[in-house]
Amino acid sequence: MPKDGIGESVKRREDQRFLTGAGNYTDDINRPNQTYVYFLRSPSAHGRIRSLDIAAASAAPGVVKIFTGDDMAAAGLGGLPCGWEITSTDGSKMAEPPHPILAQGKVRHVGDPIVAVVAETREQAKDAAEMVAVDIEELSAAVDMSAALQGAPFVHDELESNLCYDWSLGDKDATEAAFAGAARVVSIEIVNNRLVANPMEPRSAIGEYEAATDQHTLYTTSQNPHVIRLLMGAFVLSIPEHKLRVVAPDVGGGFGSKIFHYAEEAFVTWASKQIKRPIKWTSDRSEAFVSDAQGRDHVTKAELALDADAKFLGLRVDTMANMGAYLSTFAPAVPTWLYATLLAGQYQTPAIHARVRAVFTNTVAVDAYRGAGRPEATYLLERIVEQAARETGLSPFEIRRRNFIQKEQFPYPTPVAVEYDIGDYEATLSKVEKMADVAGFPARKAEAAARGKLRGLGLSCYIEACGIAPSALVGALGARAALYEVATVRVNPTGSISVFTGTHSHGQGHETTFAQVVADRLGVPFEQVEIVHGDTDRIPFGMGTYGSRSLAVGGAALAKAVDKVIEKGKKIAAHLMEASAQDVVYEDGAFKVAGTDKSIPFGQVALTAYVPHQYPIEELEPGLEETAFYDPKNFTYPAGSYVCEVEIDPETGAVEICNFCAADDFGNIVNPMIVEGQVHGGLAQGLGQALVENCAYDETGQLVSGSFMDYAMPRADLFPTFKVDTETTACTHNPLGVKGCGEAGAIGSPPALINAALDALSPLGVKHIEMPLAPSRVWAAIAAAKPSEGAAAATMAATPTAAPTSAAEPAKSESKPGLMGRIFGRS
Amino acid sequence: MPQVSMTVNGKRMAGEVEGRTLLVEFLRENLRLTGTHVGCDTSQCGACVVHVNGDSVKSCSILALAADGAEVTTIEGMAAADGALSQLQEAFRDYHGLQCGFCTPGMIMSAADLIKSNPNPTETEVREWLEGNICRCTGYQNIVKAILAAAARMRGEADPDFAAFAAE
Repeated sequence: MPKDGIGESVKRREDQRFLTGAGNYTDDINRPNQTYVYFLRSPSAHGRIRSLDIAAASAAPGVVKIFTGDDMAAAGLGGLPCGWEITSTDGSKMAEPPHPILAQGKVRHVGDPIVAVVAETREQAKDAAEMVAVDIEELSAAVDMSAALQGAPFVHDELESNLCYDWSLGDKDATEAAFAGAARVVSIEIVNNRLVANPMEPRSAIGEYEAATDQHTLYTTSQNPHVIRLLMGAFVLSIPEHKLRVVAPDVGGGFGSKIFHYAEEAFVTWASKQIKRPIKWTSDRSEAFVSDAQGRDHVTKAELALDADAKFLGLRVDTMANMGAYLSTFAPAVPTWLYATLLAGQYQTPAIHARVRAVFTNTVAVDAYRGAGRPEATYLLERIVEQAARETGLSPFEIRRRNFIQKEQFPYPTPVAVEYDIGDYEATLSKVEKMADVAGFPARKAEAAARGKLRGLGLSCYIEACGIAPSALVGALGARAALYEVATVRVNPTGSISVFTGTHSHGQGHETTFAQVVADRLGVPFEQVEIVHGDTDRIPFGMGTYGSRSLAVGGAALAKAVDKVIEKGKKIAAHLMEASAQDVVYEDGAFKVAGTDKSIPFGQVALTAYVPHQYPIEELEPGLEETAFYDPKNFTYPAGSYVCEVEIDPETGAVEICNFCAADDFGNIVNPMIVEGQVHGGLAQGLGQALVENCAYDETGQLVSGSFMDYAMPRADLFPTFKVDTETTACTHNPLGVKGCGEAGAIGSPPALINAALDALSPLGVKHIEMPLAPSRVWAAIAAAKPSEGAAAATMAATPTAAPTSAAEPAKSESKPGLMGRIFGRS
Repeated sequence: MPQVSMTVNGKRMAGEVEGRTLLVEFLRENLRLTGTHVGCDTSQCGACVVHVNGDSVKSCSILALAADGAEVTTIEGMAAADGALSQLQEAFRDYHGLQCGFCTPGMIMSAADLIKSNPNPTETEVREWLEGNICRCTGYQNIVKAILAAAARMRGEADPDFAAFAAE
């Protein structure tokens, strides 16, 4: 293995620019003669636009032009397209209402863009927007999903319903039969709370048009510039690919929210041609809260059937999934094919049936957010398995072990349409058991009790499907795009290598890890390899980065392109060494004739390819550059086990994470340092969901958590030092044996934390609690578990959203002895 | 429009601003020092932290005019003139204390101020100090490690034993 090859924790080469302020994010770019756009957005969740008056605003200082939905309609622009079509159980296609760039007739969520004000400066655009007179007839809003399914108000009047689709997966009859024969049925009703992705870089876009060449350029904060070019060019603006360049330069995090095609980028691309000047838009954070697609938001009822030995017989799931007001790019796929297909988890449950109803509401659109469907499946499954452990009296470890798919059972087809290629669930479980010193937990619990704290331990065993995806398979499931990946390996004449990848790096470190892969496979120095991404004019094609797919699919394309380079190199080397190409092998950066001491270094073959003086020119073209498209054969299935320990202060309901251990199986690992960083980041987002984050709307559809003042972002002091480690079963069907690591932490950690909290609270009789574990909610759950504890406690239980500081004070003095006694057996 | 002048990264800089122009806008738009970032509009995220007269300040929370005559250091002024990284920047690279890089300038500027005032911080002190800096990528762990390692190096000591640290 060359230095800095696969398996080495190579320091990242992208760091030099980020550490010195030399990154190049979209908002750092200014184009000559640039203007700025400000979007005036709906203050109402649902309403009819009675009138719009832009006259005064148009005359405001610096205003270049003001656009409304009527201008978009007059120009014949398409709405924003949806990339995935779901077919309901009854065979009907999902409801797919139009999603205009600027509102036409109605506004459907707070933040729905109504008017675009283009001006010389950002401030002038904002000032002028305040002079636009918008008269909106307020309509009642559909906010709660159950109520929205009952009838009016309808988000889209023409649908006469708020149902997007009613879909199902699995064998219903077999599942019913499993329940009929069950010794025990465990049931649960849970909410997977809505989240806001909040990458630290707000979205930004610059549209530019060159009339002389009829060429459009869009600079945008995207995880997948080619997908944006395809969706926006073909479906919205009718610009062919060769006239449209999309550049996604340095992007400051995405977590899914920058996959989708958004109205603002379509607007600046189109309008820059209308005004013949570049237009820039950069979102404020408050604007991001009402315009970036949000995540999760499921309400689920589920039942697990068990036999007398606590073996799982069947799982029945009924989920409502919030779509928000419009269908975002991949939204319909998230609670269906990315969710129900994972409901087998790590277990041999023979019969599973899931029904999913997707619901329109007057809220911001919901789409993929780190994990996308898989965190929702894992949360549901690991909560109900934990409950089964409690009800059967088995330890959480034992009930899982009894039901694990065994390592000799792979490949393992599940009853929910996927086939796991490989895994070893006992390996990660026993590893985390040791890492977390589970044996020592009773002592720690007793020690905490002596300090007046409730300590709990929670386990979660997750599986996910990454490396999205085999194109034919997803096509059959309703995807309107393919999901292969593309790489070009260009060997330059003097032997340096430029690699062009269709994936996009926005924190993942591809510029380092992909160079490691190429350096390793080609046996050349790491420094000789440069990775290029994020520009549709430089890269042949690609589907971008999401779903932990970059290395499993993009890396596989890279390996394939490198192999093609080696194959061509062998023919050149054979000619130079006067040998047969079949006899040439490639090792340690040199072409060798097997069984002889004849050898030619890689660099000499590269130079010969470009200076073909002595060359098999009749059979072989000059040059050394290869492109590969790689379409995966299956998803990859990373899996792992997480243990969380918490301490809860029963006086205040405050929850502290004391210890968190993660044992993951990501297949082969290219850069352990980067993988560890991905796990840390995923854990912080998952634990953030479970502990503090919540995107909340009131009953009128107003977003009540619309800034960092109101939406709790995890801070450094929320977490202990995570302990993370890995076990490896190499993926069987891609050339690098890799599975993907980007989302695992966010998928596996929420149930581990909630299970730990329930373990801590179970002595008090608390059986259920929803995320996030705000102190007020925990306190209320403690109080509700024994309402006789006092009037104050009963009041708290009835109003779980009441602030703990106000309501808890009287409770503290009144109930202290009884409460403490109940917990610790003292009076 | 009023004139403002200040010393930024050792150079005398001047420009015209509106009364409402924030220091971060002056740095980014007038001086084109785009390493200082804007990640929120409520002074929560800390992506815009710079040093004003030696103290870390969220540059979104003061007007450019309020920094008239001040000595300002931004992330662009942290490495040596020849591009060599400071010990703090180097530690961030060594410990993978950054992913997308967007919060990084604010983290570095904030951490530099911490180490100046507390050359030997504990893990808890580092985590609490970072209360005003949000990172969405790293889960903070490697940022904390990087700051502790940088502080140790600046004291002339070896990096802390982080294996033992995690086992505590």
